[in-house]
Amino acid sequence: MNNSNYSFQNPNNQRAFKMGFRDGIPIGLGYFAVAFSLGVAVKDAGLSWFQGFIASWLCTTSTGEYAVFSLMAAGTTMLEIALVTLIINARYLLMSCAMSQRIDPEMPFWHRFLIAFHLTDELFGITIARPGTLNPYYSYGAFIPAVPGWALGTALGTVVGTILPLWLTSALSVALYGMFLAVFIPPARQNKVVAALIALCFAISYASRHLPLICDLSDGMRIILLTVVLSSAAALLFPRKEEVDAP
Amino acid sequence: MNWVYIAVMAIVTYAVRVLPMTLIKKPIRNRFIRSFLYYVPYVTLSIMTFPAIVQATGYPLAGALALVVGIVVAWLGANLFTVAVSCCGVVLITEWIMHLL
Repeated sequence: MNNSNYSFQNPNNQRAFKMGFRDGIPIGLGYFAVAFSLGVAVKDAGLSWFQGFIASWLCTTSTGEYAVFSLMAAGTTMLEIALVTLIINARYLLMSCAMSQRIDPEMPFWHRFLIAFHLTDELFGITIARPGTLNPYYSYGAFIPAVPGWALGTALGTVVGTILPLWLTSALSVALYGMFLAVFIPPARQNKVVAALIALCFAISYASRHLPLICDLSDGMRIILLTVVLSSAAALLFPRKEEVDAP
Repeated sequence: MNWVYIAVMAIVTYAVRVLPMTLIKKPIRNRFIRSFLYYVPYVTLSIMTFPAIVQATGYPLAGALALVVGIVVAWLGANLFTVAVSCCGVVLITEWIMHLL
């Protein structure tokens, strides 16, 4: 086998690239709207629109960025940022593992470094949903509308966010939480353990804001503590069966 | 300092995404780690969503309604964009009505 299978001259790869681009458009539009409210968090953290733009382009992680910007607004340390980023983005470890199992051994290794760069929930979803081995050009095609949508939305939200009237800012601020719901509610429908776990998390998250000691922790540390404890408990009590695909 | 924080976030985020794909050539066998990683996103995201969504809006009732509608719409299988826009719409309408009262 030669490397021409992974050349962009190959019509199959050009077709995959176009399909990726097409599938990336709705994701890009969604990102653009959702990133607007992330821009408000950028502003609150005391960052410029350009810093928000670069951060979003490099990280493309709504939850991770949102948590870090919140930490920066409240005052934080590098260790706390690294830990929160690690914990909140821990799901990408699993996605990256799942992706690694779908890579053709013949694929030139450097593609792995590029595919991994924008491994978001949504891009992972559309990529892993395709049959057979991964085509890196599909991912690249999807990045083109999706990633700028996220970065530009963040930048624009940073600039325009505070100019917007309060009622509009209030409405846009829930877009991000709506996106979180879109990520974790559908699996709850298929998995009763996940559904019960989410309900428990809501209750404990609410209670933790009033419990002694825990309520004194920073938001980031509280998220880390609750995530590690609750996920470990769930993993011990309800270990996953082998070969069950992560949604 | 802000650029340093952004760099830390970017490096850790990329490391998390690229390391398994480049280092692990075989599937993870440890059942606890697999299970733990499986549950992490649900736990983290739900902790971050509630009660924060209720506190994000001008009126707590608007955020609470957005939560309920968002859960229903997501449950019915709507995509990310639709769920996000539905939540925004609920807050817009609720706060408009509250303002009239």
